[in-house]
Amino acid sequence: MTFDPSHAARSFSSVGTRPIRPDGVDKVTGRARYGADFNMPGQLIGRILRSPHAHAVIRKIDTSKAEQLPGVKAVVTAADLPDLTNGDTSMYDILDNCMARRKALYDGHAVAAVAAIDAHTARQALKLIDVEYELLPHVTDVDQAFAADAPLINDTIITKGVDPKPDRASNVSMRSQFGHGDVDAGMAKADFVVERTFRTEQTHQGYIEPHACVANVSSDGTADLWVCTQGHFVYRQHCAQLLGLEASKLRVTSSEIGGGFGGKTHVWAEPVALALSRKAGRPVKLVMTRDEVFRATGPTSATSIDVKIGALKDGTIIAADATLRYSCGPYAGSWAEVGAMTAFACYKLENVRTVGYEVLVNRPKTAAYRAPSAPMAAFAVESAIDELAKKVGMDAVDFRIKNAAQEGTKASYGPVYGPIGIGPTLEAVKNHPHMKAPLGKNQGRGMACGFWFNFGGQTCTDLNIGMDGTVSLAVGTVDVGGSRASLSLVAAEELGIDYAQVRAVIADTSSLGYNDMTDGSRGTFSSSMATISAARNAIKILRARAAQMWDIPVEDVTWERGHAVAKGETHGNLPNLSLKEIAAASGTTGGPIAGHSEIVADGAGVSFATHICDIEVDPETGATKVLRYTVVQDAGKAVHPTYVEGQYQGGAAQGIGWALNEEYIYGKDGRLQNAGFLDYRIPVCSDLPMIDTQILEIPNPNHPYGVRGVGETSIVPPLAAVANAVSNAVGVRMEHIPMSPPRILAALEA
Amino acid sequence: MAGIAVSTTINGDQAEFLCHPDETLLEVLRERLGLMGVKEGCGTGDCGACSIILDDRLVCSCLVLGAEAEGRRIATVEGMAQGDKLHPLQQKFLEHAALQCGICTPGFLIAAKDLLAKNPDPTEEEIRFGLAGNLCRCTGYDKIVRAVQDAASVMRGA
Repeated sequence: MTFDPSHAARSFSSVGTRPIRPDGVDKVTGRARYGADFNMPGQLIGRILRSPHAHAVIRKIDTSKAEQLPGVKAVVTAADLPDLTNGDTSMYDILDNCMARRKALYDGHAVAAVAAIDAHTARQALKLIDVEYELLPHVTDVDQAFAADAPLINDTIITKGVDPKPDRASNVSMRSQFGHGDVDAGMAKADFVVERTFRTEQTHQGYIEPHACVANVSSDGTADLWVCTQGHFVYRQHCAQLLGLEASKLRVTSSEIGGGFGGKTHVWAEPVALALSRKAGRPVKLVMTRDEVFRATGPTSATSIDVKIGALKDGTIIAADATLRYSCGPYAGSWAEVGAMTAFACYKLENVRTVGYEVLVNRPKTAAYRAPSAPMAAFAVESAIDELAKKVGMDAVDFRIKNAAQEGTKASYGPVYGPIGIGPTLEAVKNHPHMKAPLGKNQGRGMACGFWFNFGGQTCTDLNIGMDGTVSLAVGTVDVGGSRASLSLVAAEELGIDYAQVRAVIADTSSLGYNDMTDGSRGTFSSSMATISAARNAIKILRARAAQMWDIPVEDVTWERGHAVAKGETHGNLPNLSLKEIAAASGTTGGPIAGHSEIVADGAGVSFATHICDIEVDPETGATKVLRYTVVQDAGKAVHPTYVEGQYQGGAAQGIGWALNEEYIYGKDGRLQNAGFLDYRIPVCSDLPMIDTQILEIPNPNHPYGVRGVGETSIVPPLAAVANAVSNAVGVRMEHIPMSPPRILAALEA
Repeated sequence: MAGIAVSTTINGDQAEFLCHPDETLLEVLRERLGLMGVKEGCGTGDCGACSIILDDRLVCSCLVLGAEAEGRRIATVEGMAQGDKLHPLQQKFLEHAALQCGICTPGFLIAAKDLLAKNPDPTEEEIRFGLAGNLCRCTGYDKIVRAVQDAASVMRGA
């Protein structure tokens, strides 16, 4: 669906307003039901036993004592989840991650599970399971794992993307390369060059709601799963495949979701809960502890990135080069590939090359985290760009404006850009009062840019018009942060009715066609496209019914502001028929009125943002305080501006936490040492200032209203923006994220 | 394991329950009494999602034993609205979009209610420190702070 240019001049009536969300009252009164807020009659409590070792062969698992404990109804191991993946290696990795098969590959890897009559009994039973491990050498650091003499995590991994094919296994699962031009020749022409190596540590999405589900498998082969997920249709596919169920017989209902940020995009414990339920013949509720969430789910990659950028005296970037190593946990991933694609996406470059390496480590399987892989690459590149601007003698913003990508620029990862927002966000930052505010002692200001692709994907939506003229909108993209409000606005806009007359719900997997999950900033983008299409299909029927009621040709009926309008000289005197009047008559004019839409929502417009950050460093302690923060981002068209601002602010806050404090800390024993909120410590209210936002609207040509996804880009610039601010404050280039007080003190003393 | 009989007051109503000696008040509220508005984010007192007011003190219910509720008064999010009339904090959280996923919201509402009971006219800094025991991962706290400021103003009749 392409952008309707009339929208550029048109004032929307619903889209762009800021009503209260339809799920709001339930969420402020405690009535909203999240993953752990659901119970079934006769349910058991499931618990998972996890490896305390980073790398070990599982010699033997003796579950007999646990099985004999009164109140224990089922114990499962990998033997209860046979390999049905049929050569699908990514599904096999998910299966092995849900329940270790031959080896435990990280501290926290599931090895067995129990279902018992209560949590107390289940915990006791775990202690009675005897696992015999044979310890293997482990490696948790990305650079150490990359080295040729590193302990080998998977002896079947031969690096892909290398010619000739390597003759022996390594921890590098894939090499990928992007770019164009001649980087070496370009670099030789450079008047100024910056070359540095940067590191970022592993972080967790940190959603406040632990993974939770209730599984119920019946002996007739049907099953139900209640679960907090970003994609219940995807969970259905995964679980059906791993359990050998027919997808249509497994109904998955998505609960309200207490945060995901990419961490609830593939299954973790759900197949285990289903296996326990199948074995016990009773429903099983399985809720992770916070410790399990940290040790066994989620985290993003740790990285080590070499960047080299050269510029001419006039400030033109003549060559850009980066080598990016991303840890992917103990299974092959494509995280470095994405990092390599995004690294230089903000710039117009004649000569550019990025090389990514996926590196296996004995840490949890890496999962997507909001614009996955982009923030680390942006940290390295935007830090080097800042330094290069100084060498050239240009202002950091002006230097970026000079080199910013534009419509028609060939992106460093291949495609040619359409209308994009990087230039406008930079201009907005240049003129923002924040850039002109004075700074005090030990204070610094930094800015940085960020890019994210955005995604469209498979989407299915039903719009049902009730006989009272109200509208029920059934969507299949899980609402992670207010999309039911934005989709209701879109339905109201298209039909020409009030927002209050639309109620959006997230339909379960048995009630709607397949939907990809809510990822890639696609929730509002793709489901609004499907909603517009469904509404237009409903309007066709509404017009036909009005024509029937008037007994005139349908071609003479138009739809305007919620009413059928008769056109033409002969029937211009007919009073308009409202949606409500047509709906009330539907029983005698042909039955229920509905509009459906099944699409692949192609054309998600790319997204750019520029952030400004002021900080103050305490030179005695190395502690950094964020004083002021501004986000400028292109939304295409902001459907519900308040929730767009919320996405900008939330991503910025996560990025600030990553920049200053958050990291997975592993001991020499390969065990995670800070698997809890106290020691991992995400930003709290007193750590942050207000986060100012500025929404730019450069319409996406591929969406009827011009909408772009807005969810992810906001986490891309903060690592670099904060690092540039700190570097400017202390006069030392910060190369290692997070910039925790000890790292800042070390940098000051170096 | 023998159950302990406990008699307590929850949101103004008498409540009686049996619980195990090692059972937390959070488990009792959620699993025995069905008060699912009290959320568990960590179980170790670090996230504030299970915040309740016990007598006149803001506590994490995961750090209190069920048996300790004997003779006490408990206030949870379920008791904030009066019938269909939302508490000003609830109303302002909605108007300011101070929630995205909403899992932390009940804890924030209770913590903010406790804060405003003790300090009806807090500065931004006092709000930020007053709510520092509650984690939110979605909002960056900006809209939460504004909602509390606005609610405080309404509650003062300003």
